[in-house]
Amino acid sequence: MSALVVERLSVRYGAVEAVRGLSLEVRPGEIVGLIGPNGAGKSSTLHAIMGAVPVSGGAVRYDGRSLLSRRPEDVARRGIALVPEGRRIFGELTVEENLRLGLAARRARRNGGGLARAYELFPVLRDFRTRQAGVLSGGQQQQLAIGRALAADPDVLLLDEPSLGLAPKIVDVVFEALTQIREAGLAVLLVEQRAQRTVALADRSYVLANGELRLTLGPEDAGDTDRLVAAYLA
Amino acid sequence: MTLAFLNLTWPTFANGLALGGVYALMAVGIGLVFGVLRLVNFAYGQLIMAGAFALAYGSQWGFPNWASILFCFGVVLGLSILMDWLVFRPLRTHSPAVMLVATFAVAFLLQNIALLAFGPLGKSAGSLAILNAPWDVGGVFIKKIAVISVATAAGCLVILQLLLTRTPLGLHMRAASMDFRTARLLGVRANRVISGAVIISGLFAAVSAVMLSVQELTVVPAFGTQDTILVLAGVVLGGLNRPVPATLGGFAIGFANGILGGVLPSNQSQYLPSFLFAAVIVVLLVRPDGLFTRARGSVERV
Repeated sequence: MSALVVERLSVRYGAVEAVRGLSLEVRPGEIVGLIGPNGAGKSSTLHAIMGAVPVSGGAVRYDGRSLLSRRPEDVARRGIALVPEGRRIFGELTVEENLRLGLAARRARRNGGGLARAYELFPVLRDFRTRQAGVLSGGQQQQLAIGRALAADPDVLLLDEPSLGLAPKIVDVVFEALTQIREAGLAVLLVEQRAQRTVALADRSYVLANGELRLTLGPEDAGDTDRLVAAYLA
Repeated sequence: MTLAFLNLTWPTFANGLALGGVYALMAVGIGLVFGVLRLVNFAYGQLIMAGAFALAYGSQWGFPNWASILFCFGVVLGLSILMDWLVFRPLRTHSPAVMLVATFAVAFLLQNIALLAFGPLGKSAGSLAILNAPWDVGGVFIKKIAVISVATAAGCLVILQLLLTRTPLGLHMRAASMDFRTARLLGVRANRVISGAVIISGLFAAVSAVMLSVQELTVVPAFGTQDTILVLAGVVLGGLNRPVPATLGGFAIGFANGILGGVLPSNQSQYLPSFLFAAVIVVLLVRPDGLFTRARGSVERV
């Protein structure tokens, strides 16, 4: 199986350097956390991988081939799915239509993924499949956004702050789902604000500040609040 | 038999429905492209003009009617695709104002090319004129083209609705018109969605060209221009952002146009557009969001 490799990635918006020389690797069956304060370059990293923002330097490779200067739809069709920040579900479409949109990136000759996968992981989506997605609660919309990404049967799942604005109980549901997704062999790159929970869940976590990698943490560091706080303030 | 008020007769009513149907198709054609490209195509009328000239030349060259109609579809589709490649796509990432002005430029360019090539006097699309003959419907004589226009418009809209709601391409087009960026991140192919919208829009322009050139007979370089401006007013009247209200808006203004054209004394018909635009302004003052949209905020648009 192949890994997603980011090497010395730089993203620049005009004079602002959002990501500076970031390197990381995500292998199948592992969750890699990417944490850090607002504006640290976490979302920019995900968008750069997807080809949604221009990359000013470095490399992004998957399955040994470069993903740079590809269109977002082509990156998605290579098996890399993004669960975007703010969920970005289509409120006027039904739950099932949202999931069907996920099929857009499903590669030919693959039988995995599909709506069944989403329903299996999040049964609530099956119950509400004919409803307009806009009327779902925030937690249900987040489950829909993850289900929609999985419908494409991706090998790599990128998540941008999936717990944002969710009640603690729903955060549990989302994190539990991530554990199952890891067990299914996907490579997961998780951008989060909930640093402690992310460090505890992920196989390793990178702390990002000002677009640079500051610190690498393992699950054993989750209890070490001082170290976490220090990394944020550094 | 006469409808009680004014001198509105059933044939006038049928003509209103027919023009409403054609305008509804044009509204959808403009709306589909607006949905995916956020571009109001002012050159839509020139597509229709080109199609009407194709019909007129087909009839002059003695083509059978089916061949003329096929020729018309070919010309309009070809021109739509060309417009997409040469103008829409290169300007896609620019501001809406740039794209709007560009479509104005294309509209005037095409109109003036037609003026140079075909002259100001125009041509007659004669061979389809037989469709203006009336059918006797229970003692009321209604033009064949009125019935055909209504049926064709309804058929086109039903097929489009099925395409949009039952096929992956339709789903992708709807999603792209709501949030193009997210749709692409999900793997929706931008180029395919845009091509789909442009081609369907072109097909509807070709259908409109056939219907309008039967009703108006003489094809001049300005053919379709005023219709397009009225349709745009209708689309705004209905609510530009939403397909169904925009279609209803197009239908409403076409219907009003057809009815008023029949009801107004012929020495006053040159005031017809003024009446229509005055009505549009009044409606927009009262309902700025459009005539057929629900109250704001029922569903949030992203």
